[in-house]
Amino acid sequence: MRILKSVAYVVALPLLLVLLWWASTRGEPNFFVPTPAALVDVFGPTWFEGRITGDVLPSVGRLLAGLAIAIILGIVVGLLVGLNRTLRALTEPVFEFFRALPPPVLVPVLILLVGLNDGMKVAVIVVGCIWPVLLNTIEGVRSIDPVQNETTRSYGISGLNRIRYQVLPSAAPTIMAGIRQSLSIGLILMVISEMFGSSSGLGFTILQFQRSFAIPEMWSGILVLGLIGLALSLIFQWCERRVLRWYHGLKEVENAA
Amino acid sequence: MQPDAISAKTTPVPAGATPSGRTLPEGEALLSVRGLKKVYSTDGGPIEAVRNLTFDLGHGELACLVGPSGSGKTTLLKCIAGLLGATEGEVLLDGKKVTAPPKKMAVVFQEYGRSLFPWLRVADNVELPLKNAGVPKAERRQRVADALEAVGLEHVPKSYPWQLSGGMQQRVAIARAVAYQPEVLLMDEPFAAVDAQTRADLEDLTRRLWKDLGMTILFVTHDIDESVYLGERVIILSSSPTVVQEDIRIDLPEDRDQLETRGLPRFTELRHHVYEQIQLAKKGHRPDAALA
Repeated sequence: MRILKSVAYVVALPLLLVLLWWASTRGEPNFFVPTPAALVDVFGPTWFEGRITGDVLPSVGRLLAGLAIAIILGIVVGLLVGLNRTLRALTEPVFEFFRALPPPVLVPVLILLVGLNDGMKVAVIVVGCIWPVLLNTIEGVRSIDPVQNETTRSYGISGLNRIRYQVLPSAAPTIMAGIRQSLSIGLILMVISEMFGSSSGLGFTILQFQRSFAIPEMWSGILVLGLIGLALSLIFQWCERRVLRWYHGLKEVENAA
Repeated sequence: MQPDAISAKTTPVPAGATPSGRTLPEGEALLSVRGLKKVYSTDGGPIEAVRNLTFDLGHGELACLVGPSGSGKTTLLKCIAGLLGATEGEVLLDGKKVTAPPKKMAVVFQEYGRSLFPWLRVADNVELPLKNAGVPKAERRQRVADALEAVGLEHVPKSYPWQLSGGMQQRVAIARAVAYQPEVLLMDEPFAAVDAQTRADLEDLTRRLWKDLGMTILFVTHDIDESVYLGERVIILSSSPTVVQEDIRIDLPEDRDQLETRGLPRFTELRHHVYEQIQLAKKGHRPDAALA
């Protein structure tokens, strides 16, 4: 009963939105907005006959590769910078500048530098996604409680052990918030990187459908994008709940007090 | 024993009181503080927190450091712990100069909530320093279990610290220090943030651990009653810039009881004496030895 109820909560609004969509496309058909039925009709043939392996999976692969590199690089550099006051003062204004650049403008630059290939597309995602992770890691490391630092120092916990046992867990809530931001940036950049001089991928396919007036197919591509974003977000939430269980518990206790 | 003009007017100086820190013959002291001075440089100019401190701590002593607020107690403790460098003078542990936190020392901080790691469960918090020191797993387990039992927390190893009450959290921090098996345990106003009843329990726990485990404890507090009840010796600090105002031996019976001991006439006498010394310290009085 409880499961039924929570399922009902999850699907209620989507159902309502589809119903609204159906109702508003019922009368005079608008060429640019397909009915839900038309979308369902084209969805299968459009995606399950080769495009999943030919376009979607490579796109998702590049996205995951770019995200992984951005997250690892962001955390490693963030730790180095965050733990060193001089390095922090030196780099932070520069980092803020790079973060402020809208990542899509880097696509033409990277095309020139890296070339028109997968490496460029991954690079675009890395360059765009690294900043929230990097800056949040720096902030998370910088704002570690001084009493906590004195505790590790007094017990002789230093170097890599300190990073592993104290710094990373302590900064984890801030780092996770950075990763969450970079996920949505990554999805945007995945699509954009495929819209320039590309011949495959989700972004290319959707643009192609639009240019050839395959309107329901174009909409179905947007649906696929939305589903990928949703899946990413669910996976992230699952990971976050595991990594930060202590943090949410602590916050609950603090809020109750 | 040199009663100076001012303390002669007040309560008689108890037996074994000296106007400066007591020192031991060379080689006998476990912890030596020699001419310790600490000046902080701030934007508004240098601030002298500790002027000149000298005292010794023998093996197995339980000494309380008490002083008016802002008298540099925490600064002194951090210098002893190797967390802060001294401007002048030195701290010696077993004859070796302390330049970084020594292995044989553990610190219990006042802010237990910030000193314990909220992402680790109770047993893991206690275990972490041992893990870092490379203690084998079986021994580690045993030491963690023993330490938790010693502080009466053997029933909550799997809880997170923040699920426990303040007093229990401070017990976890004490267990962490005990499991580390330090020669010297430094406690920085450890019970200032817990309620009165919990505080009495924790004081008795500290006395019991001291007796059972034979540790040397330096206990910093601003609470006069606590210092007299807990200590075998009370070192009174002057107001900032800090020197030792007086160093008293507490000649109360070894077995202390919250009601009985605190009801003894001798307890009241000692308490009065320490109180008066602190009042003098607040007014800026300094012992002659420090003026010279």
